[in-house]
Amino acid sequence: MVPIAWYLILSAILFSIGVAAFLIKRNIITVFMSIELMLNAVNLTFVAFAQQWRQVSGQIFVFFVMVVAAAEAAVGLAIIIAVFRARNTLNVDQIDLMKL
Amino acid sequence: MTDLHLWLIPLVPFAGFLVNGLLCRKAPKPVVTAVAMIGSLIPLLQVSAIVTRFGSLTLPYTESVGTWISSGAFHANFAFQLDQLTLVMLCVVTGVGFLIHVYSIGYMGEEDGYWRFFAYMNLFLFFMLTLVLAQNFLLMFVGWEGVGLASYLLIGFYYTRDSAANAGKKAFIVNRIGDFGFLLAMFLLVEHFGTLSFDKVFSQIALHPAWQGGFLTAIALFLVLGATGKSAQIPLYIWLPDAMEGPTPVSALIHAATMVTAGVYMIARTHVIFDRSPLALMVVAVIGTATAFVAATIGMAQTDIKRVLAYSTVSQLGYMFLGCGVAAYSAGIFHLVTHAFFKALLFLAAGSVIHALSGEQDMRVMGGLRTKIPVTFWVMTAAVFAISGAPPLAGFVSKDAILYQAFISPNPAGRILWAIGLLTAGLTAFYMFRLWYMTFFGESRAAEALEDRGAAVHARHDTKLVLEADPESAHGGHTGSAHAAHGVHESPKVMLVPMAILAVLCVIGGAMGWPEGLGGTNWFSHFLAPAVTSVHLPYEQANIALATGAMHVNPNQAPAGSKQLELLLACISVLVAFSGWAVAHLMYYAKPELPGRLAARLRGLYALIANKYWVDEIYGALVVAPVLFIARWVLSALIDRGVIDGGTLAAGYSAQGFGALVARIQSGNIRSYAGWLALFAALLLVAAYFGWTAQFGLR
Repeated sequence: MVPIAWYLILSAILFSIGVAAFLIKRNIITVFMSIELMLNAVNLTFVAFAQQWRQVSGQIFVFFVMVVAAAEAAVGLAIIIAVFRARNTLNVDQIDLMKL
Repeated sequence: MTDLHLWLIPLVPFAGFLVNGLLCRKAPKPVVTAVAMIGSLIPLLQVSAIVTRFGSLTLPYTESVGTWISSGAFHANFAFQLDQLTLVMLCVVTGVGFLIHVYSIGYMGEEDGYWRFFAYMNLFLFFMLTLVLAQNFLLMFVGWEGVGLASYLLIGFYYTRDSAANAGKKAFIVNRIGDFGFLLAMFLLVEHFGTLSFDKVFSQIALHPAWQGGFLTAIALFLVLGATGKSAQIPLYIWLPDAMEGPTPVSALIHAATMVTAGVYMIARTHVIFDRSPLALMVVAVIGTATAFVAATIGMAQTDIKRVLAYSTVSQLGYMFLGCGVAAYSAGIFHLVTHAFFKALLFLAAGSVIHALSGEQDMRVMGGLRTKIPVTFWVMTAAVFAISGAPPLAGFVSKDAILYQAFISPNPAGRILWAIGLLTAGLTAFYMFRLWYMTFFGESRAAEALEDRGAAVHARHDTKLVLEADPESAHGGHTGSAHAAHGVHESPKVMLVPMAILAVLCVIGGAMGWPEGLGGTNWFSHFLAPAVTSVHLPYEQANIALATGAMHVNPNQAPAGSKQLELLLACISVLVAFSGWAVAHLMYYAKPELPGRLAARLRGLYALIANKYWVDEIYGALVVAPVLFIARWVLSALIDRGVIDGGTLAAGYSAQGFGALVARIQSGNIRSYAGWLALFAALLLVAAYFGWTAQFGLR
């Protein structure tokens, strides 16, 4: 059996890649994808612990996360299309109307 | 029994104050006059009515018109009390008060703020009558503070003049120091007796013959502090000479006849406490004697006619303190009464002189007024002889009573006090006759004095108009040019009649207390005795008091005097008074050039007393300057502007600055938000790992 630490390390790597991409990338679709990556890193942790403690609640929570991620993807993409139509760009650095 | 309606006595002047002060600003002068006269005459009539039926009253008569404070076991009522002492004070306050009100009609007739003046005068009567009628310390304190307020308002009556406003402030602040002592005395009384009512405190003391000194001395000394403030004694006498900035009738009523005697009245009223404290009595006697002497010496070298009288007042008040200090309260009160007559008259006559000279107060430019204002001259003469102690006038009798009592008192320093008092009597005669000669005799010096001053002014400014702006020539409110010799005029009848009445009282007032040594009955002393004599201690209790080791001086035991001694002392003091007169006659009438030569020869001594021993300057350096320094640099600059203002401003600015700082986080850049989020999430993780797990024992 694979020790839980491996799962957690993989999850941490995935999460870090997500965070780094979120911070570095300027294309809003890439940023969006990095959020999905972080969510899935967390999902992996949930499943790993569920397996470890023999508890099904972790697995169930993953389904919730997936549902929310799907909904978020739908809404998020809609927003991205709306923003693109309004501003004609996908660069997040230029979408900064809400600054002080 | 309850139909004397004592409460009406102070209330009528108060009503006069309200009507004049609130409604009569624009009213014609006769209306103001009528209101003020009603406000001062009705109390006089009521007091007269009380006098006629005084014999049939059971004393002390008290009446309470309502509860003021009721807190736990402590009660203070609006309660008034009438006994012999109160009656004497009532007669003085209402009688002299009314006469001075009448005089003021003439004196203040041409002044602005006529309504204001009479409103304040009535206010003063209200508080003064409250003071003397009060049945407990607290109500007395109301009157005590109130007369201080009225005094402040009237000293600063010419409020546009800086010196008057400052004199008012000085009087008020110096009085506050004394009031502070009165307050502490009241706190101690509440602490030890649980009440401030006179009769309850005094009966408790009477029940405990073992109480000697101790806390009673503390209470008495605090009361003395209060009395020195109000009655202008060392160390707090400095406000009274400056108080002469007020209109002259005010000086007569408040700063000579009534308010300044409140301290003497208070000591006589609380004599039960003082009788148990030889130390406090000693302090009173020493303060009184020292003040009498010091003020008399200062009075010898003053040139402003009202200032001479002011120092004379301080000096005479010292005599009253001496009387109280040797437990001869009735002698002290008797001098209070006669002093009210002759000093009020002196001030009124001085006011008449000032009036005649259109505002001139400097005696050096007076002279030769005897024939020009004869009525004023004659009443002034009566007063001068009375205060100097010429028999058989009032001042002789009362001053002699005090000196006699000092001589025979069991006080170990009695003889010394008597000797200083006697010397002071000589000084009194000297400076009073000096005033008399300088004002009324010789040639009028107005012209040459004006010439001298005019020449000096010419040299500097080359204009005559400056003379009229000379502050010294425009004292006392009767502003105008100092062309004194022109248009010297006798005062109107409305001023002369009150002076004449007071002059008669000066002459015959002594008959009330004509000493037994000179074939009299000393009626006044016997009349007052029930109010100012302690209840004799039963023999056993006195023995207990002695056995407990308490120092016991019974001031009520008949002092070892005799009629021959009294007669002898009277002769000595008359001799001293006349020698004072003789010296004044020599220096200011026979050889007018002598004072200048003498002053030149004794330059140091002369400068010392002419500059009032520099007491004002010493107080200025020792007390006022440090207080101002603390106020200006510590309290204002450091505490107020530094700590309080600085603190609030710092709080405001730091919130603003912090806001500006964190506002920069909201850049609108989504990646910077994400960066902050990631950074703090990482910090949280680290903190959770190292700190929190250890702290909360979550491991």
